[in-house]
Amino acid sequence: MYGLFAAASFSEFLSGLDIPFFGPLSPLCVLLIAALIHAVILINIFAILPLFYIWLERKVAGRIQDRLGPTRVGGKFGWLQTLADGIKLIQKEDLAPGAADNWIFRIAPYLAVVSSFAAFIVLPFSDGWVAVSLDVGVFVILALMSLEVLGIIFAGYSSGSKWALFGAMREAAQMVSYEIPMALCALVPLVIAGTLNFGDIGRMQAGFATNWLIFHDPFTFIAFFAYFTVATASVKRAPFDLAEAESELVAGFHTEYSGLRWSFFFMAEYASMFAVSGIAVLLFLGGWHTGIDVEAGMADLRGWKPDFLVTGFTLGTYLVNLFGAKVFVLKACALVFVQIWVRWTLPRLRIDQVMTTCLKYLVPISCVLFLGAILWPLLLASTLKRTTILEQAPPLGRVIVGDAVAKRGPSTAVASSPVREAAE
Amino acid sequence: MTTDVLFWLFAALVCGGALGVVITQNVVRMAFWLILSLGSVSALFFLLGADFLGAAQLLIYVGGTVVLLVFGVMLTASGPYLQIKTSAADGLLGAGVGGLLLLVLISTVYGLDWSALHPTPAVSMIAERPEGNTIRPLGLAFLGLRPDRPVTEDGKSAPGYLLPFEIVSVHLLVVLVGAAYLARAKRRAEPSRDSFSA
Repeated sequence: MYGLFAAASFSEFLSGLDIPFFGPLSPLCVLLIAALIHAVILINIFAILPLFYIWLERKVAGRIQDRLGPTRVGGKFGWLQTLADGIKLIQKEDLAPGAADNWIFRIAPYLAVVSSFAAFIVLPFSDGWVAVSLDVGVFVILALMSLEVLGIIFAGYSSGSKWALFGAMREAAQMVSYEIPMALCALVPLVIAGTLNFGDIGRMQAGFATNWLIFHDPFTFIAFFAYFTVATASVKRAPFDLAEAESELVAGFHTEYSGLRWSFFFMAEYASMFAVSGIAVLLFLGGWHTGIDVEAGMADLRGWKPDFLVTGFTLGTYLVNLFGAKVFVLKACALVFVQIWVRWTLPRLRIDQVMTTCLKYLVPISCVLFLGAILWPLLLASTLKRTTILEQAPPLGRVIVGDAVAKRGPSTAVASSPVREAAE
Repeated sequence: MTTDVLFWLFAALVCGGALGVVITQNVVRMAFWLILSLGSVSALFFLLGADFLGAAQLLIYVGGTVVLLVFGVMLTASGPYLQIKTSAADGLLGAGVGGLLLLVLISTVYGLDWSALHPTPAVSMIAERPEGNTIRPLGLAFLGLRPDRPVTEDGKSAPGYLLPFEIVSVHLLVVLVGAAYLARAKRRAEPSRDSFSA
């Protein structure tokens, strides 16, 4: 259980902390405090990102439509507009329609928010900066993100309104079908990485941008765009926002909601936008690396322990990771900006067009990309006698499989030979 | 200690959710209790170090089956909130079968000498890694390699699950093709070709 929390930095910091009259903290206490700090930080990120994105959405929408967008609240650029909105929403009456299934109606927004927040638990922000580092990280995050639809369906069903029910049904149909190409597109870089651990995938893209998985081969390059399209649909953003199509369904699944419960759906939506963009950054765009190899210059900083104030705390690693986290968040925000830009540029599709796009185009495209990504190394191996275009370190997957087999000691070393042969 | 507390918490949630499914009469509320129960089962899997199984439980049961269930209810329900009423006889029958199953499980758990089960290599391999990380051994086992098993005397690895894996995947493909065939849009009868050939 202790291994679940990769709270290296915080645990280090806390266990090195010598509190006067109290002495060093016990390991269990350190673990609990570190877990608490992680939770608080994640909840803050989870809450502040939507705050910023909603402002960005209004501003970008305004500019695209040749308006100014919010200008007054908070002085310049109206940057406190979302806060004003939030205060307004808190003051609104929390009401449920008489026809609603009251209990589910009240619980549905929490389901959406919790599942959206859960995705942040396995999302790394920098090398080792992740609340829970799992070997099945990508699989877990896809599973968690697929739960958000439950909150939406419950909201639509329990509202006792036909608009809400239509929205929920569209959402359910859309989600169930878009999960397939999303998983297939995410598999394409995973085939090259050979691991489902976000940390390992991020680390193998260190160095220049040519090491990013998007530039690995033509299939990953197309897969990035396919993934981004599917991800936009899976967080129900325009042009795929059929669940809340204002022009036909009033407001879709959240027609009957008001006040804070209504805002929870939007918190979940904007946080999910960040989460899917974060996955795209980690799987295709080099994770927390800048792509111009500034990290090489900072490599010496890693492991630097000034032992000032707190003993045993590697301040250098912390600073490097902080820089990485900023790069990661900036990249993810750039992708979120593209999502906003697309929303205010493209018209909404019809529901049958949404389903056709997924089942007739995106699923076959992602299947072809997946097959191509598998065959590409074989093609290169037979022509260039190596599995990547550029001279690179061997793919991580092969190294790790080799390690895992070799670690089992001499008694089982024979069994490792088929793997090595298969890989070579 | 943390693990124990979490175990009891999630175990209570599993049982409470399951009870909720049985007691509630509103189908969609049942689905909510089912989510709670199945989600807590996946939390128990994570707690026991079976991370892949836990994620699969979330993806397949919570994210797939329950969504399909609610989707089906929404498409087929004639009234606004579908109720299921169980008759007293059905309730008694269900309670009887459930009680018998519980009896079998309890008698098995208490009848077994657990101390005699020395940890197998697979168990000790997982115990070495407290965070679970079972996916690599699982993947290798599907490719026909068992890193958790000792090598036999003639230098061969223990057989993995390559053949069952292939059979299951082909089976799944057949099911998918069949589903697509059954669900495809029916074409209208083509006009007869006679007029063209004539």
